Amino acid sequence: MNYKLIASVSVSLLMARWKQTLIAAIGVTFSITMFITLLSFMAGLNTLLDGLIGNRTAHIRLYNEIQPSKMQPVDLLNQVKNHHNFISSVKPKNEKLEIYSNGAVMEALKKDERVLGVAPKIIAQVFYNVGAIDLTGVINGIDVEAESKLFSFKDYVTSGEAIDLRNIPNSIILGKGAAEKMLANIGDVIQVTTPKGERMQLKVVGYFQSGIQDIDKIQSYTSIITAQKLIGESNTYITDIQVKLKNILLAPPMAKEYAKLFDIEAIDIQSANSQFETGSSIRTLISYAVGITLLIVAGFGIYNILNMMIYEKMDSIAILKATGFSGKDVNWIFVTIALTIGIFGGLLGLVFGFGLSSVIDQIPFNTAALPTIKTYPIDYNIKFYFIGTVFSIVTTYFAGFFPSRKASKIDPVIIIRGK
Amino acid sequence: MNEKILEAKNISKYFHDPISIQVLKNISFSILQGEFVSVIGKSGCGKSTLLYILSTMDTDYEGDLLIDNIPMRNKKEAELALVRSEKIGFVFQFHYLLNEFSVLRNVMLPGLKLANYSEKEVEARAYQKLKILGIQDEALKNPNQLSGGQKQRVAIARSLINDPLILLADEPTGNLDKKNSEIVFSIFQELSEVFNQALLIVTHDNEFAERTQRIIEMEDGKIIKDISRN
Ligand SMILES: Nc1ncnc2c1ncn2[C@@H]1O[C@H](COP(=O)(O)OP(=O)(O)OP(=O)(O)O)[C@@H](O)[C@H]1O
Ligand SMILES: [Mg+2]
Repeated sequence: MNYKLIASVSVSLLMARWKQTLIAAIGVTFSITMFITLLSFMAGLNTLLDGLIGNRTAHIRLYNEIQPSKMQPVDLLNQVKNHHNFISSVKPKNEKLEIYSNGAVMEALKKDERVLGVAPKIIAQVFYNVGAIDLTGVINGIDVEAESKLFSFKDYVTSGEAIDLRNIPNSIILGKGAAEKMLANIGDVIQVTTPKGERMQLKVVGYFQSGIQDIDKIQSYTSIITAQKLIGESNTYITDIQVKLKNILLAPPMAKEYAKLFDIEAIDIQSANSQFETGSSIRTLISYAVGITLLIVAGFGIYNILNMMIYEKMDSIAILKATGFSGKDVNWIFVTIALTIGIFGGLLGLVFGFGLSSVIDQIPFNTAALPTIKTYPIDYNIKFYFIGTVFSIVTTYFAGFFPSRKASKIDPVIIIRGK
Repeated sequence: MNEKILEAKNISKYFHDPISIQVLKNISFSILQGEFVSVIGKSGCGKSTLLYILSTMDTDYEGDLLIDNIPMRNKKEAELALVRSEKIGFVFQFHYLLNEFSVLRNVMLPGLKLANYSEKEVEARAYQKLKILGIQDEALKNPNQLSGGQKQRVAIARSLINDPLILLADEPTGNLDKKNSEIVFSIFQELSEVFNQALLIVTHDNEFAERTQRIIEMEDGKIIKDISRN
């Protein structure tokens, strides 16, 4: 087939109706622009929201939980071994939350190929003493460096220096909400009490803001050593081991593996935060649905233009056929017209989509909840551009398919007689 | 020289809408190379219908059509398109040029489609045909900038671009005044005498027909007279 000739005939027909063609192309441009922008923005938002949890939460958390023993003495009794034993009001025995021989556990974890890093932690219940009132709170004793490296701790310390926790003894970084309640400024000394009644004076060296207000009202951070002193435990005492993996998707099976290996409670990030993943996938689904709907509407625009063009160009089609063009040639002429509209409109849409997302990327987005974010988030993923291109070509091809087939079936005799 | 280039064998044609009627009844004749033939007959006797069948555009008929001694029956749509491209030139009563293209491009299109020559050569040939028809100066104009007679000549030039075996025309002068009809007629005559081109022209103009080599007269879908003069 003579593609050059087909293309030149298509272009001439296009140019003869350039206004309508332009409108059809603008339709495609508009939908691809919106498609790209919508998906880039949604993906940016998803990454942001996932990061809110994913970047600062351990992929696997190892801890001890106070719970009743699964094996009760009666189960060891031979006479009732194969019976169902009902025991009511089982109580847990007095156990510490400490992870035993945690040094060895952490060594073993660090040697694991799949592990990116390990950070120890102490979680301790406290009361912040404000005058006559006690506010409940939680103090996290952390290894500042490991915490910053693995969980971007530094990014969320909005005033003060995170590293001061290590450098200044008996220091504390208060959650922003807690600090406001206590009217505590940086440099002030506050007093906390543990549930066992021990008291301690701590110097405020910074504020912490996670973006989740309920957390910021309660949580505070100190160094591990300070936390151990506070609750009166030895310098090997820790309650949590946080593990960050190279591949987050391995978390669920690895959590089970560790639970068994170290005889400890282990929870993976997916189980702990399943609602976030659901939110992400639903947002993605909605943006694809809207984007594709836009494209289908643009497809109908092209379909209309082609139908109109064929109706107007009946005579020309009859002539082409009478002078030796086959039905297939005519079919290709109109498919080429449709694809030209689709490809040009689509390419322009990619450019505009990129432009519009860059503009959104510049719009300031300052919210107290997200201290690290300055502008609206955009994910410039090449995947969206690829999908946009494929979809614009596919929809225009289908939009052109039926009109083209109709054109190819035109009987020149009927048209010529009709004159 | 006296080779048969087109032969109709017992061609019959029916229309079924609104009622079944036979518009062509066992038409048989053949045309030799270089013959200048006119077809006359009352309005509605089936001349155009016959011409569409001979041009291979209408395939719904009984009997056989041979072009260049090759039967056209059972050929596929694309093969028939190739036959039209290579062997048949067609001129309509209404000039039917494509307004999206220049005069030159209109003449070139069937040549480009057949692609026996390069684009440059097709262009040179198109100029040559326009020259034969005396309208080479209009080559770069748009068809709607031409007079009716000029358009008809462009259409003739287009039909000749692939050096067809036969040129079929349906009332090519039906729309033209006396002077332009005369021009078209003398062009046909020149094609026949100088270029040995076979022509089959349907006309209502008896004066026109009188001056051709052979007149086929039809009535009610049948050939009633077939007179050759020499
Ligand atoms: N599509 C059709 N359906 C039914 N009958 C038709 C159709 N086309 C043509 N006819 C009939 O076929 C007959 C032949 O028509 P045709 O056009 O061949 O006549 P013609 O000899 O060319 O006439 P004219 O000199 O007026 O052009 C006419 O009676 C016409 O009414
Ligand atoms: Mg007629």
